[in-house]
Amino acid sequence: MHKLIASLFVAVMMAGYPAAHAVQPDEIMPDPAKEARARDLSRELRCMVCQNQSIDDSDAPLARDLRLLVRERIATGDSDSQVIDFLVARYGEFVLLKPRFSPHTLLLWLLPPLALIGGGVALWFYSRRRTDAGAETDPALLRLTVEEEASLERLLATEAPDKKA
Amino acid sequence: MIAEAGHYALVLALALALIQSTVPLLGARWGDPALMNVARSAALAQLLFVGVSFALLTTLYIVSDFSVVNVFENSHSMKPLIYKITGVWGNHEGSMLLWVSILALFGGLVAAFGNNLPLSLRAHVLAVQGWIASAFYLFILITSNPFLRIANPPIEGRDLNPVLQDIGLAVHPPMLYLGYVGFSISFSFAVAALIEGRIDAAWARWVRPWTLVAWIFLTLGIAMGSYWAYYELGWGGWWFWDPVENASLMPWLAGTALLHSAVVMEKRNALKVWTILLSILAFSLSLLGTFLVRSGVLTSVHAFATDPARGVFILLILCLFIGGSFLLYAWRASSLKQGGLFAPISREGALVLNNLFLTTACATVFVGTLYPLALEVLTGDKISVGAPFFNLTFGPLFVPLMVAMPFGPLLAWKRGDLAGASQRLMAAGIVALIAIAVLWAWTRGGATLAPLAIGLAIFVIAGALTDLVERTALFRAPLATAMARARGLPRATWGTAFAHAGIGVALIGIVCETTWNSEYIGSMKPNDVATVAGYQLKLDGVTQRQGPNFREGVAQFTVTLDGELLQVMKPSKRNFTTRGSSTTEAALLTRGASQLYVSLGDTNADGAIAVRIYHKPMVLFIWWGPVLMAFGGLLSLSDRRLRVGAPKPAKKPDKAPAMQPAE
Repeated sequence: MHKLIASLFVAVMMAGYPAAHAVQPDEIMPDPAKEARARDLSRELRCMVCQNQSIDDSDAPLARDLRLLVRERIATGDSDSQVIDFLVARYGEFVLLKPRFSPHTLLLWLLPPLALIGGGVALWFYSRRRTDAGAETDPALLRLTVEEEASLERLLATEAPDKKA
Repeated sequence: MIAEAGHYALVLALALALIQSTVPLLGARWGDPALMNVARSAALAQLLFVGVSFALLTTLYIVSDFSVVNVFENSHSMKPLIYKITGVWGNHEGSMLLWVSILALFGGLVAAFGNNLPLSLRAHVLAVQGWIASAFYLFILITSNPFLRIANPPIEGRDLNPVLQDIGLAVHPPMLYLGYVGFSISFSFAVAALIEGRIDAAWARWVRPWTLVAWIFLTLGIAMGSYWAYYELGWGGWWFWDPVENASLMPWLAGTALLHSAVVMEKRNALKVWTILLSILAFSLSLLGTFLVRSGVLTSVHAFATDPARGVFILLILCLFIGGSFLLYAWRASSLKQGGLFAPISREGALVLNNLFLTTACATVFVGTLYPLALEVLTGDKISVGAPFFNLTFGPLFVPLMVAMPFGPLLAWKRGDLAGASQRLMAAGIVALIAIAVLWAWTRGGATLAPLAIGLAIFVIAGALTDLVERTALFRAPLATAMARARGLPRATWGTAFAHAGIGVALIGIVCETTWNSEYIGSMKPNDVATVAGYQLKLDGVTQRQGPNFREGVAQFTVTLDGELLQVMKPSKRNFTTRGSSTTEAALLTRGASQLYVSLGDTNADGAIAVRIYHKPMVLFIWWGPVLMAFGGLLSLSDRRLRVGAPKPAKKPDKAPAMQPAE
């Protein structure tokens, strides 16, 4: 969808898009297990000339070159992490769709859990404070006053015919 | 002449918006009802003029007036009529005009149906709408005028990007905008409440339906865009965690949180300040989305820097409205009184938990989308944040949310009984466990997470049904009683059940599609047969065909299952001559909720054609889920108490006097 909406919004800046078909039949490795590894790796790697597209999705020539490169490395016996390291060494961290956990991505990785924990802690304190504040009035909250009992009786008495109407 | 009239109508709309943003405020300050009522007529007149402007631009497209730059760049005389019309918003200028038109539409609706709002509140709300409208009219008129002329008009237009020549474009952007811009109403109400320093349950009763309307459209708009991408882009993906998608997901998450906190506010008069904040947040994120996709900052920070006119303008609007509203919030929020105490384990508590997770999810998408931009600007380092990051961070947030979801509606207000709720969810839990066990046994050795995720989805669906069963006393009381109770249930209760079940349905689709998707990628010649998930597809041949503004090669596949002929599928590849680009038109064969998906690649020198065939089990659930959610929203919207409006029955008699005939 990104390609589509991107073209919708940024259409003015970019010429028309060719249709995408990513992995071509001639790229596929004969060994299905290795091919599956190549596909999984491809989903983690960015096509650097595209807008946030993995090389598995993209049909740009560069993506094809990268797909072939990944398969070449796998064919020579590289492990998944060796392939990744090789690509990062060559193209920089920009090629990874999932940035590595390092000082300059600290905030990126830590913000979601911190937001959750921070929010949870804040809520806990808030609810403690509120229940403390409410504690004095608690019996009053639980028990109805005489007037309230009376008005409840009245309401209950009028409720039944009201519902039928 | 038409273009100039359209331009002029837009200028008049701006003038009206400026009046709408100032005069009612003065009226409210001086307590002058006549001045406050200016808001109403100004909003309606503004709607009229921007409507005229939009209609005139559409006319220019229909008559293919290529003396107008915008029409020349995005249309073609041979284009089918429907795409001439939808092409109006298939480009930057036109889509901004659609944006303000919808903004004016919402303002007009408040003006037309806001008779039972307190006069000063209505004046304030419409004035804030006027501010937003003025800013965007200025933006269009100064940087993105769709009515500009060309000195020497060409004979033919450049045609619309072929990917956009699809019925999806007719529906998707307007829906999305109705959602985006719809949040402006809750924003305006929030700002109005902050200005007035007053907020009560009637306020929430007003904000909720508007938020709901926006949320329904946004839900459908996102789902529709996702389905459109799925069938149009030719490799069967439906969500990419792209910044542009995230831009629509963030307001959706904030809006969903807002819907839930507005419930607490309406029913229990609690969480006022938080609801106000979420109202501001939801629309701020809509504005941010507009900035992200409009400024070109996504393509590259440098692209933004080299042609900054539009980007900087929207950035200014963004800072003005987001900064301004947050400042106002910081200044005035403390003056709003908190009300309604509740225990942590209660319906309110559950809704707060929902808000915690939804806003965290929203923050995750936010940081993932903007971090690369910020890092590049600050340090020059380039990193990518894509699907693997979001799957790892966003996905897990939804697990506890979905586990907690069925409990919420079963807990009582103020103080709930968790043990009791768990007991009532026992049946749902058992159904989910059975589903996990069966799936585990069935897919032994396969993915381990998938059965668990589907179990969770079934728990959510069964939990939603449990709420209905409990409330109607089905299985406990005679059927007739249960039916009578079902009819008596508030529509909002039905809405909750449908919307919650929709999440479960969507999750089933997502898990099945990602886990058990089978594919075939290969070169095929006529009479070759490919087998995918038991289906046999025989390529009968490829024929060439001439369309209105394209040529296409249509392949014909005969699909059989166990020797039985099912259907003929005709995927095609279209070449659009004017732009020299092509699109794949995938062919889909639907069996239940599963789909067989065929798309074509390039033809080789030897006549073989690259073919991709996918079998996607339960894939339609991905979109049925959001449709169910939107339907739930619609049911909730039709709830009696929302139709009746603000609870001021005593005021009804004096509402009808002779103000109306003017229309």
